[in-house]
Amino acid sequence: MIRNALGRSIPEEIDGRKLRPFEGAHAGHGGGRTAGAPIRASVDYTDKLRSSLDEVLDDIALRDGMTVSFHHHLRNGDNVVNMVVDKLAERGLKDLTLAPSALFPVHEPLIRHIESGVISHVEGSMNGPVGRACSLGRMKRTCVLRSHGGRYRAIQDGDLHVDVAFIAAPAADAFGNCNGHSGPSACGVMGYALADSLYADHVVVLTDNLMPFPVHPWVIRGGHVDHVCVVDRLGDPSQIISGTTVMTRSPTRQLIGEYAARLVRDAGLLDEPGFSFQAGAGGVPLAFLNYLGGIMRAKGVTASFARGGSNAYLVRMLEEGLVGYILDGQCFDLEGVRSLRENPRHLETDPFTSYCYHTKGNFAPMVKVGILGATEIDVDFNVNVNTHSDGWLLHGIGGFTDVTDSYMTIIAAPLLRGRLPVIVDSVTTVTAPGEVIDVLVTERGIAVNPAREDILRRLEGTDLPLTSIQELRRMAAETVGEPAKPQFEERIVALIEWRDGTVIDVVRQLKQEAQG
Amino acid sequence: MNNVLEARAGREGKKGDCSVHLVRTDSGGVSIEVASTAGDMFAENIRADAKRALDCLGIEHCRLAVDDAGALDYVIQARVEAAARRLWPVEGPGCLPVTRVEYGPPRRERLRRTRLYMPGNNPDLMRNGGLFGADCVILDLEDSVSPAEKDAARVLVRNTLLCVDYFGCERIVRINPLSTEYGEADLEMIVPCGVDTILIPKCESAGDVRGVEEIVSRIEKEHGIGHEVLLMPLIETARGVLGAFEVAGASERVVALCFGAEDFTADIGAERTREGTESFTARSLIVLGAKAAGIQAIDTVFSDIADEEGLVASTEEAMALGFEGKGVIHPAQIAPVHKVFTPSPERIEYAKKVVAAIEKARSEGSGVATIGSKMIDAPIEARARKILRLAEALGLLAGE
Repeated sequence: MIRNALGRSIPEEIDGRKLRPFEGAHAGHGGGRTAGAPIRASVDYTDKLRSSLDEVLDDIALRDGMTVSFHHHLRNGDNVVNMVVDKLAERGLKDLTLAPSALFPVHEPLIRHIESGVISHVEGSMNGPVGRACSLGRMKRTCVLRSHGGRYRAIQDGDLHVDVAFIAAPAADAFGNCNGHSGPSACGVMGYALADSLYADHVVVLTDNLMPFPVHPWVIRGGHVDHVCVVDRLGDPSQIISGTTVMTRSPTRQLIGEYAARLVRDAGLLDEPGFSFQAGAGGVPLAFLNYLGGIMRAKGVTASFARGGSNAYLVRMLEEGLVGYILDGQCFDLEGVRSLRENPRHLETDPFTSYCYHTKGNFAPMVKVGILGATEIDVDFNVNVNTHSDGWLLHGIGGFTDVTDSYMTIIAAPLLRGRLPVIVDSVTTVTAPGEVIDVLVTERGIAVNPAREDILRRLEGTDLPLTSIQELRRMAAETVGEPAKPQFEERIVALIEWRDGTVIDVVRQLKQEAQG
Repeated sequence: MNNVLEARAGREGKKGDCSVHLVRTDSGGVSIEVASTAGDMFAENIRADAKRALDCLGIEHCRLAVDDAGALDYVIQARVEAAARRLWPVEGPGCLPVTRVEYGPPRRERLRRTRLYMPGNNPDLMRNGGLFGADCVILDLEDSVSPAEKDAARVLVRNTLLCVDYFGCERIVRINPLSTEYGEADLEMIVPCGVDTILIPKCESAGDVRGVEEIVSRIEKEHGIGHEVLLMPLIETARGVLGAFEVAGASERVVALCFGAEDFTADIGAERTREGTESFTARSLIVLGAKAAGIQAIDTVFSDIADEEGLVASTEEAMALGFEGKGVIHPAQIAPVHKVFTPSPERIEYAKKVVAAIEKARSEGSGVATIGSKMIDAPIEARARKILRLAEALGLLAGE
């Protein structure tokens, strides 16, 4: 074991793979060359259309231990991951690496394929039931959690070689051009599938909406696609756009959103040219958007761009002229999808342009304010978004660590969830180091990372409820008492990768008394 | 002898609450089972909290099951105590949690622009009630609590008063009317535990106020409480409106008359409208009654939390009628109401001019001053000074 820059113990090697310990948020400088897809000839691609998934699979050299990848733009409505893995299981394949950009509760049926050995482990992201299975040690090999930008980097750099990419496409033509703008399964942005289309050995587009050539804009270009296959339905439209976009009625969450918006105002960021922000779905970010919009209207100022997750509130700000552009990573509701389709100032992005660390620049550092949630934050501002305080691995990283590149990264969270304190002495799992986290906003006070003297100076003389993170920690502990700590086995079940491919922390198997 | 063998208390599966199931046994000591949405993380804490309540109440034999959804220690203790009180008679104060807030004696003179109502049986809402900047909070034992839960809410509100910091808000408890079986029991439990003000529902006569005052005085004496708890009658019937002046002057402890429109409109057989025409006269009479007795007048709640425009219009009208504040039912209503009751910079400037002019005139031996062509006399001065006092209380004169 070696200790990384945060003092977390990292094995030197796992599953035969050498690991690099985390050295600092911006210590990596790239090097080496990117991976590449095999060279093909257009003469072999005159008819890509297949009438069933079986026909497609017949054409691919399937083997045990291969890596299959998926994107998650269909969210909890996705039908494709379960459908494809069922088929691969039917064909007797074993030890597959599953490489989704995220999983949802709808993917619970995968657990049976994990237990039967069809899937050896997951690289990318895990949420909910599959994360639970991972925590219990059900996977044969060690999982790897990466951010959206980190996943792009891993595929681009060759750390994650995708054998077959299955791309669910709400609108596609027979040549393989596709996007998510229309059709019964319209999901809007489809950028998470870009790396898969560029670097996989074999690229399969699945659609329930075959359109005449050319489908445009071709977010995924047909020139990268091997097969196009029509299926009955990609997913359940009511679940593709999930319910995280309703304005919260919780007064506490509204208050946190209000404090965050006032923080942005009082830091003077709205008065500087080129103001921009990122806010996704969920109660607090939506409340933040609502208050921020009100402040911007009152002051008569605008943002040059906003980074989505788009939703109805952000779209309204765009249409009102409060933001110049939406640079969108995913659509959280139908208003987001409509706006993307209709508004030339609503731009589709992918992790290469927005999040990937191994590029000649992306726009994450150009964003002034990023507002994020967390399951835990500690007194050194280290943040955990992956595990809960009880040790269960329940969430992927999403874009979290990539957003921390913004000028002011705000963690907005309540002091307590139920009786559980959000602020702890040391986070159960480190997803992001304290050096990139600038401000914690809670309903009982705002704590600025003392390393950000520039932000502290900006806030001098404001009437914000500024305090220290130690004080917030003390307040939480006094209210709830000390919870018991989770008990772990020695076995490492997942690696948490930093954006540059180094390992920032590991997740261990949960000790279960019932398991004996 | 109570023959009930088992009791429950608390709201099952509600965030920040727990439900407890207590079974009387004659022997075998105490057994406590804990299930929690936080798994085992707080199991020991929850067990200790429950045990403390049982010990405190002298219960030596029972089976207790706690089904927790993130309740804090004082909530768990309140739920266990409430269940125990349903099974055994409890002598003395019950199980008081360790006090963790400091509060001074009630203050008669204070801003009461907003009074935030919170249901007394909902620990999650009450825990954060002090964060939203209301001038007063009302922990309600009356209309928002069902008859079956009155006893449990009472214990919870008592523990809340002792454990939740309301950061200087006036801590008001709305009791049940004395004419019900709950009213006096509410006072017995609440008065010794740091309540600032008792909100008395359905007041119609001086007798209604004096009845409460007598009981409160007795409890204060018994407990050696060195300050006087304040009273705030709520007028919500036709009789009450006509008795407003009598009610306002019934006790030295009365600091404000409040209006309750929902019950009032039902009482007179009218519909409640957004404009509030049906209660216009009643509101005016309440203001007159209060002012004649030298106390504050506070308007009813505006019940559509999504209609901010309506709220602002209703508050502006209340202010125009002479009310000093309004009830609010959601924290989102606080800022709009405060905005209306906050004097504008122009009004503050003018008030300063008035005071300066009158002081100058006085120093020159005259009782009357003028600003431009307008004569400034005593009532104009009084109004100006009131605006400046309000501005100062709100910190609007800072730096001068």
